[in-house]
Amino acid sequence: MSHLLTILFGRLPIGWLQLTHSRGRFFAAVAGVAFANLLVFMQLGIMGALNNSTVAPYDILDADIILSSQDGNTLTDGGHIPRARMFQALGVAGVSDASALFIGNLPFTLEDGSSVSLLSFGMDVAKPLFATPAIATSLEKLSLENTVLLDEGTRGMPKDVIAELIDGGQFRFETGGNTLTAIGTMDVGVGFLADGMMIMSDQSFMRVFPGRSSGAPNHILIRIADGVSNDAVVARLMNTLPSGNLRIQTKSGSAANDLAYMATERPTGVIFGFGVFMGLLVGLVIVYQVLSTDVADHLREYATFKAMGYGQSFFLGIVFEEAIILALFGFIPGILVSLGLYAGLVSFTGLPVEMNAGRALLVFFGTLMACSLSGAIATRRLANADPADLF
Amino acid sequence: MGNASITTRGLNHFFGKGDARKQAIFDVNLEIERGSLTILMGPSGSGKTTLLTLIGCLREVSDGSVSVLGHELNNADEDLLVGLRRRLGFIFQAHNLHESLTSTQNVLMGLQVHGGGNPQKQRDAAHHILNLLGLADRRDYLPSNLSGGQKQRVAVARALVSNPEIILADEPTAALDKESGHKVVQMLKSLGKARGTTTVMVTHAPRILEMADRIITLEDGHIVSDQRQ
Repeated sequence: MSHLLTILFGRLPIGWLQLTHSRGRFFAAVAGVAFANLLVFMQLGIMGALNNSTVAPYDILDADIILSSQDGNTLTDGGHIPRARMFQALGVAGVSDASALFIGNLPFTLEDGSSVSLLSFGMDVAKPLFATPAIATSLEKLSLENTVLLDEGTRGMPKDVIAELIDGGQFRFETGGNTLTAIGTMDVGVGFLADGMMIMSDQSFMRVFPGRSSGAPNHILIRIADGVSNDAVVARLMNTLPSGNLRIQTKSGSAANDLAYMATERPTGVIFGFGVFMGLLVGLVIVYQVLSTDVADHLREYATFKAMGYGQSFFLGIVFEEAIILALFGFIPGILVSLGLYAGLVSFTGLPVEMNAGRALLVFFGTLMACSLSGAIATRRLANADPADLF
Repeated sequence: MGNASITTRGLNHFFGKGDARKQAIFDVNLEIERGSLTILMGPSGSGKTTLLTLIGCLREVSDGSVSVLGHELNNADEDLLVGLRRRLGFIFQAHNLHESLTSTQNVLMGLQVHGGGNPQKQRDAAHHILNLLGLADRRDYLPSNLSGGQKQRVAVARALVSNPEIILADEPTAALDKESGHKVVQMLKSLGKARGTTTVMVTHAPRILEMADRIITLEDGHIVSDQRQ
């Protein structure tokens, strides 16, 4: 390693040699950086799962524009809008079709007595184009009364039930005084919003949720004609539809707004964001402490190098070399342990906690920056290295 | 300037400010010839170390003139001072070796300050000078595994390996046995003759005084004696 770094830097790797000379301190520093990495990865992992589960329901919808109630927060947490808006929208140039979407949460008691919550979508099964192709093919089967598609990842659902459904079987269950029949599955994944999900026809939805009115869906899904721009149709809809309590967004814009709402306005998003900040702060303090102590311990040697003619850039190079080494050596165990904990979380909770290259790179460069910042602060102590004091 | 490596004219130096201001060097005028071995003597607090640090570009010259290798140090900028230090060799009373570096690596630091260079040739040069100082079998040892004398010899090797034009030494033989001390001073004398290396040394060792070309004695910041031998 020392030889490799010598070739890389074109000089002796003083930072590396200094760090590895005090092995106890080096391992403590690496463990500290790894721990800070772990904190950040866990916060980002859970925040990512929160984001994934927030936008996952969008994956089953195939729409260009979504009309929603203005007092709604996210796709699954919103008010109602008059179905009349759907008919009005169909009269706007560029709109090729529109469909109502009903959303509700249904409690369901499992065989073991535990209760789960199923996020339920009611859709017009005569308009399969509003569902993604994987679901659209099964949608017409849902015209049968009280039949549903059940999420394969539903938390607590026995694996053999899901396996039977995938093989074409059926699963009957009772909830809210209704007997529902799952006739197929879909793969959405559980999240923070509910333990699972199911889709049914809007007719079945009205039976299962007797308090809901077919004239007041949660959203209106709109598809636009080929060759027409989303923005142009959104602008026309804004000009045509009554402006009161109505939000008109593209599907991607709606998903982005949901994410922003969860990240900035919901306590969970703010808490995880704060956790990321705290993780970085812990790393910064640990690395500063190590580098600062290291500089203080070597002031006499640095003063000697100054006397020999080494300039300030040489000393800054040593401190930044140490910062980068700590960032790199701390990151590797940090990400490995995080991967293990991610797997554990997925196994225990079913949450979509997953590592991706973007997150790994983000944390790595964040660690590098935090370590470099710590190094930059630690270099202030270099000013105390006065070669005149050596004589 | 003629053949002088170091010249001082009307050199005064002060420590502190205001009421605490204290003068350490008084009107020192010197010309130290190239290739000579000059010894600075004097009691503690006489100003010899201050003079050494002023010549070594380690302290700011604020009153009077110090010229080193033809460059005036009064009002010199940091770049000039750093550049000049690279042409000097320092041997401190304490070895000041880097604890994380082996003997060879410590000596290499004396070469790498100049930048560039062939790594293998640098390593060969480091090994050569360590061999000359009797440290062939200690080249890969860390300072913690060397005796006091061995550490001091590594420090000497570090100062000499880059063939400095001036060597400034503070009690360089204090940690050495008689034979090693004699060998080091003899090496400095040889460098003076062969390469014109100028040595200014603070020492009180009688066995070294007789090898000096010139002995300057300071007291309370004044030169009280300047003997050429």
